[in-house]
Amino acid sequence: MTAENVLRALDAVSAGRAEDAVLSVRDLSVRFRLRGGRTVEAVSDADFDLGAGECLALVGESGCGKSVLASALLGLLPGNAETSGTALLADPDGAAQTDLIAADEKTLARTVRGRRVGLVPQSPAAHLTPVRTVRSQLEETVRALTGTSRRARRKAAEDAAERAAFPAGHLDRYPHELSGGLAQRAATALALIGDARLLLADEPTTGLDRDLVDRTVDELRRHADDGRALLLITHDLAAAARIADRVAVMYAGRIVEIAPAHRFFGPAGPRHPYARGLLDALPDRAFTPIPGMPPELSALPEGCAFAPRCPLATELCSNRPEFTANLACHHPEHPRA
Amino acid sequence: MLELDTVTAGYDRRAPVFRGASLTVAPGESVGLLGPSGCGKSTLARVAALLHRPDAGRFVLDGTEVTAWRHRAPRELRTAVGVVFQQPRTAADPRLTLADLLVEPLRATGRRAEAAARLAELAPAVGLTPDLLGRRAHEVSDGQLQRACLGRALALRPRWLICDEMTAMLDASTTAALVAAVETYREETGAGLLAVGHDRVLLRRWCDRTVEWKDCLPAEEGP
Repeated sequence: MTAENVLRALDAVSAGRAEDAVLSVRDLSVRFRLRGGRTVEAVSDADFDLGAGECLALVGESGCGKSVLASALLGLLPGNAETSGTALLADPDGAAQTDLIAADEKTLARTVRGRRVGLVPQSPAAHLTPVRTVRSQLEETVRALTGTSRRARRKAAEDAAERAAFPAGHLDRYPHELSGGLAQRAATALALIGDARLLLADEPTTGLDRDLVDRTVDELRRHADDGRALLLITHDLAAAARIADRVAVMYAGRIVEIAPAHRFFGPAGPRHPYARGLLDALPDRAFTPIPGMPPELSALPEGCAFAPRCPLATELCSNRPEFTANLACHHPEHPRA
Repeated sequence: MLELDTVTAGYDRRAPVFRGASLTVAPGESVGLLGPSGCGKSTLARVAALLHRPDAGRFVLDGTEVTAWRHRAPRELRTAVGVVFQQPRTAADPRLTLADLLVEPLRATGRRAEAAARLAELAPAVGLTPDLLGRRAHEVSDGQLQRACLGRALALRPRWLICDEMTAMLDASTTAALVAAVETYREETGAGLLAVGHDRVLLRRWCDRTVEWKDCLPAEEGP
């Protein structure tokens, strides 16, 4: 096969994947202009697909741009953000696709948020209204999203609670009367009401203990198994290992590797030195930190942003590596034997 | 020796968070206290850090009983204990630069003259580069701010260190870096450590021994 044929075949494969993808993100970049002419490059050239029934975990250190990516997909960025690229969300009827980046506020508010993209928030306690019961908040969301009649609303709210494994006996409680795990389920129930095909979970397990983390991510996995696409944004590698099909590693605003979870967490391991470093820092592995700290997103180096901390860096790394074949590195490690 | 002997503590005498808890940390020893959220382990950490007075039982620190203090425990005992909390955002004064934050305990105890020299030791010990030291809390990441909070806890060279979920908000690499900084300090000074948390894998790897909190009084709501 000639090189041209190989490329054509690869294109066909990626085009095919993009077609059944619920979400297809291409060259997505988000920049913030600050006063004084500084620019924060929060997300650069993100490129990934997410299919129905699939869970993609987006992992990386805090401040690497993960949450900005989620906000961009919901059109919830502040006014000084400049975006480029596309994020195509499949239409439920399979007809047209919506570009979440180009869509106007009206489209996002009326057809996307809550209806086609559900958000499981980082801090449910802050996401829920403190002065109203869980039931009242669920019913309000049912009314706003589906226009269900008053009588049917009660049933719809209870169904949503049940789907999120929120116990019916706690529906008449206020958020402060709930434990962290239950508050998280209440927030998940809200995210599920619109029956969105894409769920964004932004650090859904921060502050929960291990048992609750496991339970929360298992429930999210179940929603993916029901045919939804799940983007799990987390710094908790154990949570990602538990439920993800694929893992995307983000460093300094760039996705540097996307790998199948079984390879990433398995004996072969990831290929990017940063991803290897993250895993080696785990207490059940080498427990060795990556030396140094990530660069400022407002002062990114010319070349590979990880090079200053990388044990394998050479002169080559002063050129920024392209993200090709799911990897952006000049010196990828070979799979471990 | 840091010794909690059948201690009862809480925020309401009629409904204490826990009753009769006992725990000992020997000099130079590291003990991990494991338990689910809401079981009272943070309250126990606050008692050990002399921030919360127990309602009953005895707390003995280096041979001195410190159970019956009124508003504040005696300074010479408080300064023997360094504390790192879970949430650096709420534990750090937003008006201070990281440099000021690191040496705040020296100012507060009238040892301002030593501040510059101690800062020069502390900043590299917790992995803070000079360009970060001039910034305030909102200009740094959670991990960088937690590094500063750890440095602040070490500023007075405490004999005891209490870390209450120090790394719960942090990624794997920053977690490993902060634990390494604590361990380096302990090797140099022989300080004892009480690390409270829910991450079994982490605390077992980090500490000489771990204690599992089983009979927690306030039960988690729901299933």
